[in-house]
Amino acid sequence: MSVVPRVSGRNEVYLLMVFLSLVAVLATFSDKFLTLENVFDILRNYSFLGILTLGELVVLISGGIDVSFMAVATVAQYVMGVAITIYPFAHITIAILLPMSIGAALGALNAVLIYYTRVHPVIITIATLNVFYGVLVFLTGGRWIYELPNSFFAFAQRMPIRLMSKAGVPYGLSVLTLIWVFVAALTWFILNYLPIGRKIYALGGNPEAARRAGVNIFMVMLFVYAYMGLLSGLAGFVQAQLTQLIQPNSMVGRELDVLAAVVLGGASVFGGSGSVTGAILGVLTVAIVRNGLILMKISSYWHDVVIGLILAAAAATTAYQSKKHTRRGVRIYVQ
Amino acid sequence: MFNRADRLPSRYAETIVLVTVLTLTVVLMSVLTRGRLLGIRSFEAMAFQMPLLGVLTLAQMLPMLTGGIDLSVISTANLTGILTALVLTRIDVWYATALGVAVGLTAALSVGAVNGLVVAFFEVSPIIGTLAMMILVKGVALAITRGYVIAGFPNQFLFIGGGSVLGIPTPFVLLTVTAIAMSVMLTRSPFGVSAYMFGSNPVATQFSGINTRMLLLRTYTISGLLSGLAGLIMISRFNAAQADYGASFLLLTVLVCVLGVVDPAGGVGRVVDVAVALAILQTVATGFNLMGLSSHLANALWGAILILVIIIRRSLSGAGFQRS
Repeated sequence: MSVVPRVSGRNEVYLLMVFLSLVAVLATFSDKFLTLENVFDILRNYSFLGILTLGELVVLISGGIDVSFMAVATVAQYVMGVAITIYPFAHITIAILLPMSIGAALGALNAVLIYYTRVHPVIITIATLNVFYGVLVFLTGGRWIYELPNSFFAFAQRMPIRLMSKAGVPYGLSVLTLIWVFVAALTWFILNYLPIGRKIYALGGNPEAARRAGVNIFMVMLFVYAYMGLLSGLAGFVQAQLTQLIQPNSMVGRELDVLAAVVLGGASVFGGSGSVTGAILGVLTVAIVRNGLILMKISSYWHDVVIGLILAAAAATTAYQSKKHTRRGVRIYVQ
Repeated sequence: MFNRADRLPSRYAETIVLVTVLTLTVVLMSVLTRGRLLGIRSFEAMAFQMPLLGVLTLAQMLPMLTGGIDLSVISTANLTGILTALVLTRIDVWYATALGVAVGLTAALSVGAVNGLVVAFFEVSPIIGTLAMMILVKGVALAITRGYVIAGFPNQFLFIGGGSVLGIPTPFVLLTVTAIAMSVMLTRSPFGVSAYMFGSNPVATQFSGINTRMLLLRTYTISGLLSGLAGLIMISRFNAAQADYGASFLLLTVLVCVLGVVDPAGGVGRVVDVAVALAILQTVATGFNLMGLSSHLANALWGAILILVIIIRRSLSGAGFQRS
């Protein structure tokens, strides 16, 4: 069926058009919006949500959903914080790899529970969200960690492209943005060029057909949720870099921001469709709307109203299109 | 593993599992709190605390029976609370309480109706439609209050969340009445029966001549109305309204429903089981509170209980629980 990719491709074109017209509107309202400084700033500040969105994209494509990722990121981040405070001379790669492996392990646990119980993933991940986060806050008392080693603080300042503003403040392309770009490229490669990627689409499109075609469903689910966990751990590291401290209560509760960005990017909650381009555009749309509203000096209390309206419009458009698409020809299901 | 013939009828098996878990929880918590859990004061505390989550859970249960979900229950409750609070604090007439309640519930009803329109007529998936509505409604609530708390209501209104009827706390009476009304509606009315039907097979329901769009519209409207009732109970108990109270309750409502054998795929679930599940969670919360333990640990235990119950159910009924 060549129609399906064409339609999902068209969704991204619509989103791109919306995105570009938003950019045009914001650029005319604020002369600060299209400056390199502001663009680099947005790309840096949204790297955390961007990475999580890519993970959730993979889960949604497989027909599942994960709401425990913020709790996973919190746990992974906290363990990393404790570890690098105890061993302050550890190399920065340890501060990156440690939370990733913890995240992957917790994600794998999600996959095992979902596969074994056959209960909808939203239920299992709500349960594990409570368990992971509850145990962490109980054990740590919710204490913040401020005293991180200098090597950790220094990492956030790295910029592969460094420029000077007129006021003499350095700015540029942050290394955190590069991590996001790298994750996007990796996810795109996995989804489009590796056998596991095609199996993820197959599982989301029709699990029974995938099973009969010989796809090992457990292995695919294990990969999907462990990958989400891996990226959650990485996102936990990135978030600690952005805020320069570790606050256990700063991430949990923002799960729906990520879900909104993925859906805005055209991924279906019923599985089988979605793309990396869409996921990036989804995050960037949310990012520029919030940024633009700030630059236009509109009270932050209105931001959620605007984001909600955009999401509602996007959902209605997608639903309308798929309805039009199914009306064009009657689908006949044959056993 | 049981053989098919040895298996208890699943209708009772699940209630038995739940009641057993409740009994074990009560015994365990009574021992751990050295009997204080069974004191009159802790019963009273439970009766004041439970209704908020209880009514929200009932608001969540109805869409879940049709295979949907309502992510906007908490923000609807907060919006209702804020509008009612505005009327109560700004308008000084003798019927202010009645007016406030009416304004709040009308808003809740409207939010629910819009959810219903989006899900039934625009055919947006419930997760996305109600997610957008949740963000939108929360945004409106924030824009109205600018993050401030509206506090100080007339005594007449505080009766809803803090008063007593014949010695029984008013919110508990409200919860009981709502639960019974909902149970009767689900089992005895054409609407209830077709809601279950729609949950187990939407296409067959449509082809049996039921107006499924009106069905969904009613489902989400009632869910909105119940969220509004929860909002009234909430602000009356706290004597204050705010845009982002109780955000953690959202996932809890889904958790209580699933613990109470509501199938998120739709078509299965009874009010009785949900009530037992609610009692389990409240016992754990009150017990932990009495022991001076963190509520976060209670949250973790709730999650663990949910997973445990799901695993027990699965091994009791083989592959039978999750219909494919």
